[in-house]
Amino acid sequence: MNLETTKSSLEANIPGCRLEIVFNGSPSAQHSLLVDAEHGFAIAAYLKDAPDLRFDFCSNVTGVDWPSKEISAKVKVKKIVDGVESEVEEVQKTRTQGYLEVVYHLFSQELKYGPLPLRMRTEDRDRGVHLPSLTPIWRSAEFQEREVFDLFGVIFDGHPDLRRILMWNAFQDHPMRKDYVDPDDFEYEPTAHDQVLQRASQHRSEAGGR
Amino acid sequence: MDEKLKTELSKQGIFATSLQELYNWGRRSSLWPLNFGLACCAIEMIATTMARYDLARFGAEVFRPSPRQADLMIVAGTVTKKMAPQVVRLYNQMPEPKYVISMGACAISGGPFKQGYNVLKGIDRYIPVDVYIPGCPPRPEALIDAFIMLQKKIDAQQLTGEDRPRHLTAGQPSEFVVPRFGAHDLEPPQNPAVWHAPLVQITKAGTDESRND
Amino acid sequence: MSTVTNPTAQSQLEPAIDRGEEQLLEISMGPQHPSTHGVFRMNVVLDGEVVVRLKPVFGYLHRNHEKIAEFETYLGSMPYTDRLDYICSITNNWGYALAVEKLAGIQVPERAEYLRVITGELTRLQNHASLIGFLLQDMGSSGTPLMYAFREREKILDLFEELTGARMMCNYMRFGGCRVDMPAGWLGRAKKVVQEFPRFLDEYERLLVGNEILMERTQGIGVLSRELAINAGISGPMARASGVNYDIRKVDKYSIYDRFSFRVPLGAHGDVYDRYMMRFLEMRESLKILNEAMRAIPAGPIVDPKMRIRGFRPKPGEAYGRIESPKGELGFYLISDGSPNPYRYRVRPPSLINLTVLEDLCIGLNVADVVAILGSVDIVLGEVDR
Repeated sequence: MNLETTKSSLEANIPGCRLEIVFNGSPSAQHSLLVDAEHGFAIAAYLKDAPDLRFDFCSNVTGVDWPSKEISAKVKVKKIVDGVESEVEEVQKTRTQGYLEVVYHLFSQELKYGPLPLRMRTEDRDRGVHLPSLTPIWRSAEFQEREVFDLFGVIFDGHPDLRRILMWNAFQDHPMRKDYVDPDDFEYEPTAHDQVLQRASQHRSEAGGR
Repeated sequence: MDEKLKTELSKQGIFATSLQELYNWGRRSSLWPLNFGLACCAIEMIATTMARYDLARFGAEVFRPSPRQADLMIVAGTVTKKMAPQVVRLYNQMPEPKYVISMGACAISGGPFKQGYNVLKGIDRYIPVDVYIPGCPPRPEALIDAFIMLQKKIDAQQLTGEDRPRHLTAGQPSEFVVPRFGAHDLEPPQNPAVWHAPLVQITKAGTDESRND
Repeated sequence: MSTVTNPTAQSQLEPAIDRGEEQLLEISMGPQHPSTHGVFRMNVVLDGEVVVRLKPVFGYLHRNHEKIAEFETYLGSMPYTDRLDYICSITNNWGYALAVEKLAGIQVPERAEYLRVITGELTRLQNHASLIGFLLQDMGSSGTPLMYAFREREKILDLFEELTGARMMCNYMRFGGCRVDMPAGWLGRAKKVVQEFPRFLDEYERLLVGNEILMERTQGIGVLSRELAINAGISGPMARASGVNYDIRKVDKYSIYDRFSFRVPLGAHGDVYDRYMMRFLEMRESLKILNEAMRAIPAGPIVDPKMRIRGFRPKPGEAYGRIESPKGELGFYLISDGSPNPYRYRVRPPSLINLTVLEDLCIGLNVADVVAILGSVDIVLGEVDR
């Protein structure tokens, strides 16, 4: 299975889809295919049914949180300094867009190859977290997409039963996100350090500084 | 009663004892545990009841599936916040006198998973515990040791007087508050009647000494 | 931090449904239940004794292993993998080591591969024996088959304790090999255990396989079709009992499994009896692999000499590594960003995926069959909830 031929085959058969090959820097060389959310369902259906691809086994569904990062870059800008126009180096800070990502690992049992990592990204991490659910295509995604909803907050449209799976229903947060703060539980440790020491000293000062 | 007189009588087939000894002997020799394993320690608990490390010879003859018929709860494994209300409910349903053995590091204080948003840092936050067994998982011999320690503790219980156990003292609760699921954590996060966080003294240098209040 | 609410979520517990004069009964089996293999709960809706709907509920053992792994270094997560499928800790270690070796391109020396195969197959033996014991106990045989199974399991655990220092949480694999080499005489003792194992299997089979009660209760119950098995991502003995010829040891040829000649047993019906017999047949194949491996193990280093664990920082990238654990396909997905801690660490749990079809298998059967079917799915809650 060649990722390039798969990509061109998909682009030929599903008009309008936007695909991208994400290069994998590690020696495992498992390069993945990034698909857009609009055509995600059609692409997945094609991957499963096309006679030369036949990806019938969806093994793993993972959620990943990519919060927005601040990138500072040194840029040469033309500015007027003391009446003379000259090139000055300025530090420009930009924020990358944060998003949530869902990765599907697909195998073909019939034609015996794999894995093909398939990636879909949300627009942002607040309101635009809708992605198409691939459960109608691969039943194995049912519980795993529920877990991604529970722990990351991605809403899968078309999932037959989307509710929390690991945390209790009244739980409000999405714990696997990078900015999750767990409740202050006061862990007692005889050699407290870092965060635990910080929290312990807060409790001490609340108790009246005894 | 004189010990020598007791042994003489017992040689003749007459046993002299006090009500307290008899009561405690009956209680300690037939502790029936509740069939309650949570995680990895449960497998070691099952191994303890199997042929090699037979726990039944110490009185734990049957593991009862129903809490109404058990008098010992061996909390074996990590107690998560999702499971904590169920554990406390089961404890409340057991009839007095009831005992709790907290088996494994997770049940004592959260264990290796202490950094967890869903892990209860020790079951003794909600229910009173009699014996703690450290280990991850503790060997079957350690569980047998804890069992015998509990039996010795029961043997030393007084029927009357100040040191009466909880179930013979009027006004002592036998049921404890069941935590509810909140938006971010359990409510209440611990039961103040049963457990309070030990105060940690932090000196200026950053090192700390613990001082139990 | 904003939270996301799902407008289409249904309530988890619906009241008993009125169907005219009949009323359906909803019961909750678990989380404390003698037969549910741990803290597992099933909301079962019954019409008399027949199952109409079944929703599994888990999360009672969710110990946020994946979140802890983001704070730990790569090697620091190795003891936590022991606690995933706590009955087979060595194969969990192996899956994780394989994924990291794929991520960082580490080679494993020969002797270490043989050690891995030997300990991995011993783990498979004791897992399958215990599973059959648990399945029979759930069906009411009050512990006797379990006693026999645990007798053999104790022998294997003695071997593990001698080799790794712990009975259950072995923490044996390292990236690029194994942690410690065999002590003197261990191979001889292991060979003895493996030689005596077929006699135990014969005894077990004689007692159980032709047993009338077992056959009545398991044949034709909980039939899983081949197409549903592939589509639902079922793997391991459960899939092979439905005729899916997919054994990762043969497909991926990871480690040195292509040097051993063993067959992959397949089932014809996909019912509970087939899944149960599958374990017997797989134990016999494991014994073949063990005999060959223990004869051919070479001398040499047990860890890749080029591997430096201090300051281990794999290049940014990702890898998905999987092995055939006794329960099914155990996969680890790691994303590295060049730091000593993984950016994302994900466990693909076979027990959770195998539970996807639990409702399909149980609908239309009696409540008592639910217990037998759950036993044949072979779940361990440490893996389902992580």
